[in-house]
Amino acid sequence: MAPILCMRGITKHFPGVLANDRIDLEVEEGEIHALLGENGAGKTTLMNILYGLYEPQEGEIVFQGRPIKVSSPHQAIGLGIGMVHQHFMLIPVFTVAENIILGLRSSRGLVLDMEQVQRRILDLSERYGLGIDPNAYIWQLPVGLQQRVEIIKALYRGAKLLILDEPTAVLTPQETRELFHILRSLAQQGTSIIFISHKLNEVMAISDRVTVLRDGRVVNTVLTRETSQTELACMMVGREVVLRIERPPPAPGEPVLEVNDLHALNDKGLPALEGVSLRVHRGEILGLAGVDGNGQIELAESLVGLRRPTGGKILVKGRDVTGSLPSTLIRMGVACIPQDRKAIGSIGEFSLAENVILGSHDQPPFARHGLLNRQAIRRYCQHLISEFDVRTPGVDLQARALSGGNLQKLILAREVSRPHDILIAVQPTRGLDVGATEFVYRRLLEERQNGKAILLISTELDEVLCLSDRIAVIYEGRIVGEMRAEEAVAEEIGLLIAGSRREIGIGRRDESRSTADRKNSFAKETRERV
Amino acid sequence: MLETVFNRLFLVTFLASTIRMATPILLAALGEIYTEKSGVLNISLEAQMLTAALAGFIGAYYTQNNWLGLLLGMLAGILISLLFALLTVSLRADQIVVGITLNLFALGLTTFIYRVLFGVAVIPPHVEPMVEVHIPVLSDLPVIGPVLFQQKAVVYLTFLLVPIAHWFLFRTTIGLKIRSVGEYPLAAETVGINVTRTRYLCILLSGLGTGLGGAFLSVGQLARFTDNMTAGRGFIALAIVIFGQWKPYRAALAALIFAAADALQLSLQAVGVQIPSQFLLMLPYGVTVLAMIFVARRATAPAALAQPYVKEG
Ligand SMILES: Nc1ncnc2c1ncn2[C@@H]1O[C@H](COP(=O)(O)OP(=O)(O)OP(=O)(O)O)[C@@H](O)[C@H]1O
Ligand SMILES: [Mg+2]
Repeated sequence: MAPILCMRGITKHFPGVLANDRIDLEVEEGEIHALLGENGAGKTTLMNILYGLYEPQEGEIVFQGRPIKVSSPHQAIGLGIGMVHQHFMLIPVFTVAENIILGLRSSRGLVLDMEQVQRRILDLSERYGLGIDPNAYIWQLPVGLQQRVEIIKALYRGAKLLILDEPTAVLTPQETRELFHILRSLAQQGTSIIFISHKLNEVMAISDRVTVLRDGRVVNTVLTRETSQTELACMMVGREVVLRIERPPPAPGEPVLEVNDLHALNDKGLPALEGVSLRVHRGEILGLAGVDGNGQIELAESLVGLRRPTGGKILVKGRDVTGSLPSTLIRMGVACIPQDRKAIGSIGEFSLAENVILGSHDQPPFARHGLLNRQAIRRYCQHLISEFDVRTPGVDLQARALSGGNLQKLILAREVSRPHDILIAVQPTRGLDVGATEFVYRRLLEERQNGKAILLISTELDEVLCLSDRIAVIYEGRIVGEMRAEEAVAEEIGLLIAGSRREIGIGRRDESRSTADRKNSFAKETRERV
Repeated sequence: MLETVFNRLFLVTFLASTIRMATPILLAALGEIYTEKSGVLNISLEAQMLTAALAGFIGAYYTQNNWLGLLLGMLAGILISLLFALLTVSLRADQIVVGITLNLFALGLTTFIYRVLFGVAVIPPHVEPMVEVHIPVLSDLPVIGPVLFQQKAVVYLTFLLVPIAHWFLFRTTIGLKIRSVGEYPLAAETVGINVTRTRYLCILLSGLGTGLGGAFLSVGQLARFTDNMTAGRGFIALAIVIFGQWKPYRAALAALIFAAADALQLSLQAVGVQIPSQFLLMLPYGVTVLAMIFVARRATAPAALAQPYVKEG
């Protein structure tokens, strides 16, 4: 079969970085081709080139047998190349149908022909099993469905090749299974797919072939059925990776963080926490498992002072800090790796050096008498960058230019390097490659050995099981189960997470919540991007 | 005294002037809805209106033709809005700062030009007042006739524009494009929509409407020009856009409410009610402030409002 896409010798420099170095990539018709590589390996850059967002300095692209030059996404779409970005390009206040026909010609000239559009959307939705209602507003949809709207949007425009950049990073396991189902049905009907993911088991499950990138270069392209997770990890990182880490027996000390019957509202003013009680001791990791949108964000925000609880108490080292300011909490020794590293964790327009002192920016040695000591700040940043292996050309780079994984490492570095007793880590490995994930796991365990109290909030059950000494499960704003790690059974936690211990309202409420959250972070991102 | 306030003649005059006075504000507000829907906050409506009021007056005065005056007013509105678009969309200057600057600039400029051309006269120069157009049959109806169907042509045009503006914004492909650019310009750009061009289009369209509104103020209503004659109407129009939640019909309603307050204070002054005129003058602005307090909290602005768009890559 002839390849639908041939990229040859693609090279892209950014100031100080060679993001793509003579990359060759071939994709067959109806193939699911996985693109694998460490954080900053150049995957997104390569796809942005194909989609017309970046212009390469060298190289050629042949699509459907013809050499093409793509200088805008619009052109790419016209050629039959569709892309589903990590940050969806959807307008929350528009309906599905409006989002899909945006920018397209209407059969009735100037006037929108919504009925015909709706029919075509329903046709496509049925053909590929997408289950999309063309009249729903985007902000009402859970993330998984929004992603499918993006897929339909591309198909509606006649996409022959679909690019998905880390599509599963935001999905629940259930949604991921459904997505894979859709991708298979697309591929069977002739659409080619480029699939980016850091999760090796997903790559093994869905792809036909894998191309591995490292430091902007192609390491190899292999057939999925002839390779293994270990081999792929090895190709990516250039060494053996062990994800099963040694966890020395716990030696918990006195409680450092106590949460008693905490209540809080979400951004829409609806109850998000309805009586959460937790206790985290020195030298232990408490894992909080649960599906996105069950109050985790509100809990984390309450703990770091970004959200005022409507009831209950938070005690840090025995002192009541309910409703305190973030600055007070930082001084009390609370550190946090937030879920949204772009909107809350960092300031995109600031340099890396400025970002690593956020929160301690008024403390010596970074500031004296209200004046910043730039030398000390840069030296400190340099030190963190090398200790935490952040891949960057320098400390003066704007934070927004870092690849997702490297930004995460930078925030981790900042938080664990300042004096603290408690670390709250929310989704600390979302979007990280295996090497970086392993690194974060080690650092978290080191923290535990150093007698810190760690609250790990994660939707990845494997992660919670692998790191925690105790596990609590949150569902609809309540703790529905708590157990010691030795007693934990994955299946049982899985049931608790899904809320099956309770009879009413399974899934419904958490859907509307995650949508509200999504809309919120969506808006934030939108603001950030423009 | 109450009888004089509530007799039929009073009512008819009051309602008719409400509609007339709503016209220039509504024109400005309709334009601003388009601008804001495309993500641009143009607070220089006052400048556009005032400049257009003067330009319109000059045109009508020298050509002896009110229609040519209105045309010149629209041209002036477009010119100011073009300047605004150049600075904010192309050069990405801060929209608020540019807006304030233009407002101050226009205030000085119009006063200056008026003095240069007409000096300080005891009897200020004026133009022929525009005539009311009586719609056959309908204008003979009691109350409704004189209120709705004995108005100036511009008034009819303005209220006809309301459904058209609504239809265009919510039912056409261009309207969809405009709204998308104001919500998420990057997403719009990726599907081939030209953000810059769309924003220019809206700003200029708004200049046209606001210009007509300003010129109607001098040529159509007062038949003369006075210093700072817009007296904050451009800002009221801004408030009305928010009050109307960026929707033409609601904006029309809001404009009528404001104009009613304004007409009421005029009528009350005319019949000599024993309230200090300063308080009466405050009425429309007070109504606006109250409306903003109660409505503005619920309104959701376009997500990308007032943010310059910078392409990446
Ligand atoms: N706009 C930009 N300006 C400067 N450097 C950039 C820019 N975009 C990406 N880079 C750099 O190019 C390199 C490749 O980044 P890219 O985003 O392609 O990585 P990635 O493989 O997608 O990583 P991740 O898995 O973390 O998303 C990184 O070193 C990054 O810092
Ligand atoms: Mg990436």
